[in-house]
Amino acid sequence: MSISRRKFMQAGAAAVTGAAIAPGIHLVELAQARSPEEAASTAKRWGLLIDSEKCTAGCSFCVDACHTEHNITSNNRPETDAQWIRKVTAKDPDTGYTHYLPVMCQHCEKPPCVDVCPTGASFKRADGIVLVDKHICIGCRYCMMACPYKARSFIHEEITNQKSYVPRGKGTVESCTLCVHKIDRGDNNTACAEACTEFGNDAILFGDLSDLKTEIAKRRKTEPSRQLRSDLNLNTGVRYQGL
Amino acid sequence: MITRFLILFVLLFGFAATGVADADKSDDIRTPLPVIKITKPGKCVDDTDEMRRNHMDKILHQRDITMYDGIRTKQYSLSNCVDCHADEKTNSVLGKEGFCESCHTYTAVTIDCFSCHSDKREVKTSDNIKGKPEQ
Repeated sequence: MSISRRKFMQAGAAAVTGAAIAPGIHLVELAQARSPEEAASTAKRWGLLIDSEKCTAGCSFCVDACHTEHNITSNNRPETDAQWIRKVTAKDPDTGYTHYLPVMCQHCEKPPCVDVCPTGASFKRADGIVLVDKHICIGCRYCMMACPYKARSFIHEEITNQKSYVPRGKGTVESCTLCVHKIDRGDNNTACAEACTEFGNDAILFGDLSDLKTEIAKRRKTEPSRQLRSDLNLNTGVRYQGL
Repeated sequence: MITRFLILFVLLFGFAATGVADADKSDDIRTPLPVIKITKPGKCVDDTDEMRRNHMDKILHQRDITMYDGIRTKQYSLSNCVDCHADEKTNSVLGKEGFCESCHTYTAVTIDCFSCHSDKREVKTSDNIKGKPEQ
């Protein structure tokens, strides 16, 4: 049986359309899970949405979970201890109204830390995560001065007992990695967001900002949220509500 | 004629036997050698000769694709090397008889990896079991 070229193309197009709209089949979702051999791509932009109205005084589950996950320990010298998340207290001087918010690396689209880095150690990954390549970091700390969020820490002392997935060492600068090791293995969550949901007040939501089907993108579209220091036009990956 | 052959045979065999005996006396060798303990033998990444000469290039290549592209395949990953090569007693690749340090000390090559990376085999402990942390 012979089939004309036109009919063949029509049948093919119908089959493709059918697969895309058939119930239960989502071709896009199938493509979302990144295989271990696949590089991070610009198809994703990871970020956080933090509701400061839900964040309460005295709760530090996010900070503790971050410290446990990355084995960040204190030398009892708060001035120089590494700090990937800080719990910030914001108080209205007129009314006295106080609220709390965790502040970490905001994973800017245009990160000032990357702009100033003299060696290229400070860089932004394709999926929007801002990291430090400690192999080439010389510890000059320009990035710490450039960051408007005080997100970075310099490691002043020898570190031992690092986790295999979080290399950390003296003489380099570090900050929140948005739990990049968890993202790469497909956990699709950060330690802070997991702890906040499970034990805290469900104030931190992690997700892909570029995929409009994710909860974070939906909430960002329908609810008000803002960047810290939005005047700097950095297009941060971390956004806040209730400020 | 036969006597000459016999003498030759005895001499050859004798020398060979002495040679074997010398090789067996490795404890008596005055030249220090690195300690290479392989607890899990077998080819994982490449042949031993290739790995001895070029392991640093393989790790360097993997380092960049992991750092920049987030590709964390196991074959060339440093933590996978450590998981297999860590000493059974110390659980580490460092130390006097550690797989990495022993050779690097012998060849006088400074090893920088472990000032940041973990030199210990990843032990699955109760850390991974979730429970509400104390505050």
